[in-house]
Amino acid sequence: MTDSTQPSRPTSGRKTIGEAMKSSLKSRYAAEKRFQAYGIIAIALGLIFLGLLFYSIISRGYTAFEQTIIDLPVDLPRAEFSVDGQVTDEAISKANYSKIVREAIVKTVGADLSNRGEVRKVLELVSREASNQIRNFVAENPDAIGTTQIIPVLARGDVDSLMKGQIRRDVDESRRQLDDQQLVWIDQLIEEGRLEKRFNTFIFTEGPSSRAESSGIAVAVMGSAFMMGVVLLLALPIGVAASIYLEEFAPKNRWTDLIEVNINNLAAVPSIVYGILGLAVFINYAGLPRSSAIVGGLVLTLMTLPTIIIATRAALRAVPPSIREAALGVGASKNQAVFHHVLPLAAPGVMTGTIIGLAQALGETAPLLMIGMVAFVNDFPTSPWSPATAVPVQIFLWANSAERAFVERTSAAIIILLVFLICMNALAVFLRRRFEQRW
Amino acid sequence: MKFTSATSALAVCVSVFAIVSAAEARDQVQVAGSSTVLPYATIVSEEFGNSSDYPAPIIASGGSSAGLKQFCQGVGENTIDIANASRAIREKEIAACKAAGVEGIHEVKFGYDGIVFAYDIDAPAMAFEPDDWYKALAAQIVVDGKLVDNPHTTWNEVNASFPDWEIAAYIPGEKHGTREVFEEKVLAAGCEHVGALEAMIASGMDEDAAEDACIKVRTDGKSVDIDGDYTETLARIESNKTGIGVFGLAFYENNTDKLQVSTMGGISPSVETISSGEYPVSRPLFFYVKQAHIGVIPGLADYVEFFLSEEIAGPYGPLAEYGLVALPEEERQAELAQFENKEAM
Repeated sequence: MTDSTQPSRPTSGRKTIGEAMKSSLKSRYAAEKRFQAYGIIAIALGLIFLGLLFYSIISRGYTAFEQTIIDLPVDLPRAEFSVDGQVTDEAISKANYSKIVREAIVKTVGADLSNRGEVRKVLELVSREASNQIRNFVAENPDAIGTTQIIPVLARGDVDSLMKGQIRRDVDESRRQLDDQQLVWIDQLIEEGRLEKRFNTFIFTEGPSSRAESSGIAVAVMGSAFMMGVVLLLALPIGVAASIYLEEFAPKNRWTDLIEVNINNLAAVPSIVYGILGLAVFINYAGLPRSSAIVGGLVLTLMTLPTIIIATRAALRAVPPSIREAALGVGASKNQAVFHHVLPLAAPGVMTGTIIGLAQALGETAPLLMIGMVAFVNDFPTSPWSPATAVPVQIFLWANSAERAFVERTSAAIIILLVFLICMNALAVFLRRRFEQRW
Repeated sequence: MKFTSATSALAVCVSVFAIVSAAEARDQVQVAGSSTVLPYATIVSEEFGNSSDYPAPIIASGGSSAGLKQFCQGVGENTIDIANASRAIREKEIAACKAAGVEGIHEVKFGYDGIVFAYDIDAPAMAFEPDDWYKALAAQIVVDGKLVDNPHTTWNEVNASFPDWEIAAYIPGEKHGTREVFEEKVLAAGCEHVGALEAMIASGMDEDAAEDACIKVRTDGKSVDIDGDYTETLARIESNKTGIGVFGLAFYENNTDKLQVSTMGGISPSVETISSGEYPVSRPLFFYVKQAHIGVIPGLADYVEFFLSEEIAGPYGPLAEYGLVALPEEERQAELAQFENKEAM
């Protein structure tokens, strides 16, 4: 109350202390209520947007976990797979599978094999991947040669989109991706029980493809796994060693202050900058292979290090000094005090920081752009040195594809990435709860 | 000291990796460049991986200019072998390549792509001329012999036959090869046709400055540069039903249930009108191959020959199916022969 310092003022018209208390109490309660309301509104807004995000992604993506399959009766005449009457492995791999597919689908829908236009339209029902599927089937079951087998093959992406209602039947024929005749064939196949939606395993087991129906995120998941491995192997020991030194051993002077400020700044540097650094240092100078998981991992290590260092230092600082003093008091060396007592107590915090850093690195695409990892990579990476891509990159590339069937795959890949991230964060929470010490 | 320990540990790791990787030669072709060419290149890469003994090439995206920049970084396993481009290489880029030691460059043209002007499916049909786009989008236009800031705000001010729509055009950003074609074949053509170019030169501007003024796009928000891909343009049109977007023909053909396309100069864009050259706004698609890598990187020459083979780039191949306007047969043969005879630029 500033008024009380001015006793010369006339007392008439002034509130008593009790009255002033009462009126200010009222406004203080109101302020508290208002603040709580703001808080609730903020949280509600956050939840609404989170809900919207999940709704838009899941409602668009869940259909991708089903895929339209055609059970195609395929003739496998012996002559196609044999050279001079002998069935050989080479003949099996070199057989004319597109012809086999063509004849099988034309026969199944009952079209005219001599009408080229009609044949082309029929072929638009099955995926171009079908010939590979039949080749794999024959290679695994050579006994089937000479018989007719029912082989499940992928339907074309447009057929799949139609089955899922993403291509509408009521659109005018001239603007629909499938024409009326093709719809008749599709209905016929559905009626015969040959064409139906099944659980989609391709999205989990296949690499990217220009054909929506046979593309999956397995190659990207492998690439991400290699990168996370590199990050974990490098960032964890380097980060923890750096934090222990800085927190427990380093003298507190202007230099360590400078380093601390810089580490905090590094944590906020835009990730693309690390990509440019990676291109200059790891590819141009060190000569590491472009597009490889090792370069991606190194770049992400640089990006994750500040996060891990900051988290580890906070965890070390949270260990009460009494622990260190007690250890030193019973004759432990500084090294022993740190490694036998302080570090084990700080471990849950270190792990939490590491997992959150990894989760952040898992979702990055910007630094990968500069090092050639935003790319179509068809073959599974076999080592960190082979070309790879990452899950968020796959999402980006699919999001830019023109075909309708890639829209749902984009959302499906986001769902898979989100599941990974939720698992990682849940693990971080679990570790903290399980091992956390309270004083 | 923390940071020095971290960097020195990293330096050790890097040098160890460098030694390991030096022993391991690259065994797949690496490609980077235009996002317009990307879907075609991925189709070829996939088919090449399936039907040859070589691994599928790695196709990175990022735009024509970015691709050519990487291409011109030098020769060696850590540089890319092929740059995809939706425009021809520029003199400046050839010079940059030379400076970095990239001497022999093969230019390979593999087809054409049409650029279409499309808008919401439920809107009334429109027939554009390059003049209309110049008048709608130029930063400055000539009115009564004087250069003034573009006064048009709605399409029917540009041409009375158009609807009363606020001008909202979504055009490819500067980093796209498509932009250059749009500027040259639409804005510059319109500028010349309405006589603005002549008027500007007559008013004392020198010719280069006048040409630059022709293709300068207004910056008052009526024209929006799209730096992402056509999916972004489509999303903009879905949220603004009176917007008009610039797309590639292949993208439009995959979205005919959402978009309708306008004629340009009275010609409707299609594979036929583009390959015959009737439709005015089309551009050739290229890729550039590094001569020095042929024979060093396994499968490079085979990939190029496979790309140009009839079963891939021909009129019934998978590229044409996706929306590429295939080269006429003789032209495709000539490109193939030119590559096989090692006739570099």
